[in-house]
Amino acid sequence: MYEGAIQDLIDELGRLPGVGPKSAQRIAFHVLAADQTDIKRLAAALTRVKEQVRFCVQCYNVAEEDSCRICRDPRRREDAICVVEEPKDVVAIERTNEFRGRYHVLGGAINPLEGVGPDNLRIRELMARLSSGKVTELILATDPNTEGEATATYLALMVKPMGITVSRLASGLPVGGDLEYADEITLGRAFEGRRTL
Amino acid sequence: MPGMRRPLYRDDALVLRVQKLGEADRIVTLLTRQHGRVRAVAKGVRRTTSRFGARLEPFSHIDVQCSEGTSLDSVTQVEARDMLGRRFLTDYPRYTAASAIVELAERLTPVEREPAMRLYQLTLGALRALADAERPGTLVLDAYLLRAMSQAGWAPALRDCAVCGEPGPHRAFSVPSGGVTCLNCRPPGAAHPDPATLDLMSALLVGDWAAAQDTEAAVQRECAGFVAAHLQWHLERQLRSLPLVDRREPA
Ligand SMILES: [Zn+2]
Ligand SMILES: [Zn+2]
Repeated sequence: MYEGAIQDLIDELGRLPGVGPKSAQRIAFHVLAADQTDIKRLAAALTRVKEQVRFCVQCYNVAEEDSCRICRDPRRREDAICVVEEPKDVVAIERTNEFRGRYHVLGGAINPLEGVGPDNLRIRELMARLSSGKVTELILATDPNTEGEATATYLALMVKPMGITVSRLASGLPVGGDLEYADEITLGRAFEGRRTL
Repeated sequence: MPGMRRPLYRDDALVLRVQKLGEADRIVTLLTRQHGRVRAVAKGVRRTTSRFGARLEPFSHIDVQCSEGTSLDSVTQVEARDMLGRRFLTDYPRYTAASAIVELAERLTPVEREPAMRLYQLTLGALRALADAERPGTLVLDAYLLRAMSQAGWAPALRDCAVCGEPGPHRAFSVPSGGVTCLNCRPPGAAHPDPATLDLMSALLVGDWAAAQDTEAAVQRECAGFVAAHLQWHLERQLRSLPLVDRREPA
């Protein structure tokens, strides 16, 4: 245990995802040793992200205005929606240049063991978008792991009776992985080879 | 100590839970045949190049080798015996039933490394039954909950009075009293289930599937309600997954 400000910083860092006590300590002492202007910039970036970034009112991707860049782009198709778990998955799919439609970010995956059910995700909001009748294809790009598959199964169960074509990314993606770790070529291929459910 | 090899052990196991750790690792909770419940780190499994990431998915039946660690063990090898989860992932109601099964298995093994072979067998049997899809998923779940509770010493009284032992059959059912009660022991607010519901609970407890499957949907629903109430009464904290079980029959 350290005293005062340094321990406060270690505690705060330790609450971040993927940062254990040792890493928290390493980062805290790095901050202490670093240049004042670098740390000012980091602090400003942290503050700005909470002040300026919000969630797009249509797709729940991160946005700096009411709507995200993709939803504001008139060249993007309105008849296809790709469903992902997190905003970082939008970035991964955009890198493939395979998809010209819009997205819907669920905010996670169904995980009963963690108490996350359909009502805890933005599924009701997705259903509202689909009920407009404009959308003819829904692509399920949740992670290729158990929770992602279960979420895709649930969405297919809900959406197929609406007469919308529902497809799932091809199984070329390794099971158990995170979508964000797939390289562009693998992910692009999975997109092209998506199968209708 | 540098250079000292950590002891290895190998066992059959069911993957109960998988949690992310750091950038690419996972912590898996296993229910093993010989070693009870074990938590272990699986390194690099979220990278798409991982050799055994796919085998360490929830509900998998695996043959696993771990090395003992000071705080957490590490998974060093995994062979798939039966990827049970993959057989019901396309059936959402069964997936939710399986989630409740593994959550209860974890809850009933509060101490790591305490052998729980009967619970292991029961859990494996239930997950297999869900994967085989020959029986209704919700009945498989309720049978598991009842049997796991009775293994833990919390079997509900279904025939003789839970309080005084007066021979049954009795009509009143009270969760706090521990099951059916005679008229003298019946507490205020006791329920009066359909006798067929009590018969269904008995059938599930002993594994009489012919009788269990021959019941009406309303009786199965009432039975599920009593099983859940009885379970939640005995557990300190509610099972998170139980309210999320989807009891729709698949189309
Ligand atoms: Zn948007
Ligand atoms: Zn009595």
